[in-house]
Amino acid sequence: MKKLLSIFAVVAFAFSAHAGTLDDVKNRGFLKCGVTTGLAGFAAPDDSGEWAGLDADMCRAVAVAVFGDRSKVEFITTTGKSRFPTLASGEVDMLARNTTWTISRDVNLGFEFVGVNFYDGQGFMVPSALGVSSATELDGATVCIQTGTTTELNLADFFRLNGISYEALPIETNDEGKENLFAGRCDVYTTDASGLSSTRAAASNPDKWVVLPEIISKEPLGPLVRHGDHQWGDVVRWSLNAMIIAEELGITSENVDAQTSSNVPEVLRLLGVEGNYGEMLELSNDWAYQIIKQIGNYSESYEANVGPDTPLEIARGLNALWTQGGILYAPPFR
Amino acid sequence: MNEMNEVRKPPVATTGIIGWLRINLFFNWTNSLITLFVIYCLYQFIPWILDWTIFSADFKYNYLGEQITNQEMCSRNLDPENGGACWAVIYVRFYQFIYGFYPKVEVWRVNLAYIMLAFALLPLLYAKLPYRKYFLYFTYIFPVIAYFLLNGGFGFTEVSTNKWGGLLVTLVLGCTGIALAFPIGIMLALGRRSKLPVISMMCTLFIEFIRGVPLITLLFFGMVMLPLFLPEGIDMDGLVRVLVAVTLFQSAYMAEVIRGGLQAIPPGQYEAAKSLGMSYWRMNLLIILPQAIRISIPPIVNTSIGLFKDTTLVIIVGILDLLGIGRGTLADTNWLGLSYEIYFFVSLVFFIFTFGMSRYSLYLEKKLKTGINMGAD
Repeated sequence: MKKLLSIFAVVAFAFSAHAGTLDDVKNRGFLKCGVTTGLAGFAAPDDSGEWAGLDADMCRAVAVAVFGDRSKVEFITTTGKSRFPTLASGEVDMLARNTTWTISRDVNLGFEFVGVNFYDGQGFMVPSALGVSSATELDGATVCIQTGTTTELNLADFFRLNGISYEALPIETNDEGKENLFAGRCDVYTTDASGLSSTRAAASNPDKWVVLPEIISKEPLGPLVRHGDHQWGDVVRWSLNAMIIAEELGITSENVDAQTSSNVPEVLRLLGVEGNYGEMLELSNDWAYQIIKQIGNYSESYEANVGPDTPLEIARGLNALWTQGGILYAPPFR
Repeated sequence: MNEMNEVRKPPVATTGIIGWLRINLFFNWTNSLITLFVIYCLYQFIPWILDWTIFSADFKYNYLGEQITNQEMCSRNLDPENGGACWAVIYVRFYQFIYGFYPKVEVWRVNLAYIMLAFALLPLLYAKLPYRKYFLYFTYIFPVIAYFLLNGGFGFTEVSTNKWGGLLVTLVLGCTGIALAFPIGIMLALGRRSKLPVISMMCTLFIEFIRGVPLITLLFFGMVMLPLFLPEGIDMDGLVRVLVAVTLFQSAYMAEVIRGGLQAIPPGQYEAAKSLGMSYWRMNLLIILPQAIRISIPPIVNTSIGLFKDTTLVIIVGILDLLGIGRGTLADTNWLGLSYEIYFFVSLVFFIFTFGMSRYSLYLEKKLKTGINMGAD
């Protein structure tokens, strides 16, 4: 199936290879952005039908960069299976769909990952009553595991490396894993740490569950575009970078107006007061100002969607700025 | 002599409630044991389910009298010992469940389409409807009206199908699939039995190919491959592509169902029709098909119900139908963990529609007396 899909993707790509996505988007009047069909904290419709989440904010940021208007975006829902063909065939201009950046996706499928908006990794969740504080103590445990995913392979590797055994309880969906864990049919549930957090938040008593400290895989999630249209790739890449740089410089949606009269050169460059960086991207010069004003910086988006104050309670961890112990790092704005 | 003429009542044990109970529930000791076991299960289950769904449930307000806006305010989350279902999530999201992301100012168009759908179905469901002929005309043009009403055009602002969702998508897919697959299926069934080798081979190939692949594959085919076959510049809507896939799938199954009906018609019927000098089409339209379809009602309804439920697969290609909206709701951090309520609601809606269909088929069978042996003698 996977092979077939990649063939589809390549064929579709060959037919639709056209440069000038930015012009297409401008002519159309709105951005088409591929998101998940619903993933807590990343993209899900709220009560009024508006899409909200970290990935949804990423889409909105690009729409703001191009149009200066956060509403000029149409969200196209895609699944794990349909996301790549949808992007390759040109039905969406970009994907912000919780997608792990890997070499085969970047190279073989003909896409370009423009950055990372969330560093995730596979973790373990156990009932706190189990009294386990590290995944290496899980010898002989029954593990709920989604079949056919990379998490399954990572799990086997991890247990083999540590010389311990486990019994797998295969499941299909996150919901199924949740039910099995809560009903005590498995001792451990393993999936991406962000998924574990949302599973934990859905429990009737979240304190009864702990996420173990071990993260056994790298899952850098980021927005991606089609190969071969570097101008468009730059727009998306720098929309993300602008949000990260804004956090570095301490610019928020609240103080952005005051910051336009700042005396820090990089702030002035970012906000379009000095230089003509917008023009280089074929955008208006205040594109980054508008992103910060309408969406906020990376930290604001993180705190509102997945941060410790939300039901997901995901600490910044790896996703903190490089100056604050994380690995979030954007190239300089000059 | 008088005593002999007196009408004797049948024994108490074989009539009335007691008789019914004895014959149906307590006929012998295994029968009685099973009955008692089922009664015990129902006794355990019914009070619990009633309590959970109705008596202890929150509808709009929790037990503190506050209006519920997220899952933490549900009674069952505030006080896990008490409190049943938290229907507030359905209340808050009702609009999305019924209309998807359809713009609120334009929603009257969907409502009008729903009402018109009911009127369009009326003459099909009740043959004794007064002025049925005029209603039928309306039924024929309804799809066109509905298309412009929902999609836009003729002065209506366009609403992209990307904004459709929930029950709207489920009904559009189900109704269109079932309605279009029926005539196509009849043509395919006749084609497969045709004596012209080219036609029969083409129909057989088509049917076997479509039946040989799962619906998911066809949906992917519609989503990914179909645009490649279309000339440059023609941009086919995502929902339309899925509709094409669903219709192809359903028509192949419908064709086989109707072929089954055709095979049950005795050769004498064909011979009689031909001896009256009827052409192929007149024979099929007037003699063969009315009988064949009458026999096939149960399997036709069966595949239609199957399709209606299969429409939930469209989530795989990223279209949010009723179930998709439910899953999207579950992914909202405000409503995490309310899966029981949401899946209960979605299955209830599906049950109402599919149960309605199966009841209607029973009514049709009774009305048309399909059980009677036809034609053979």
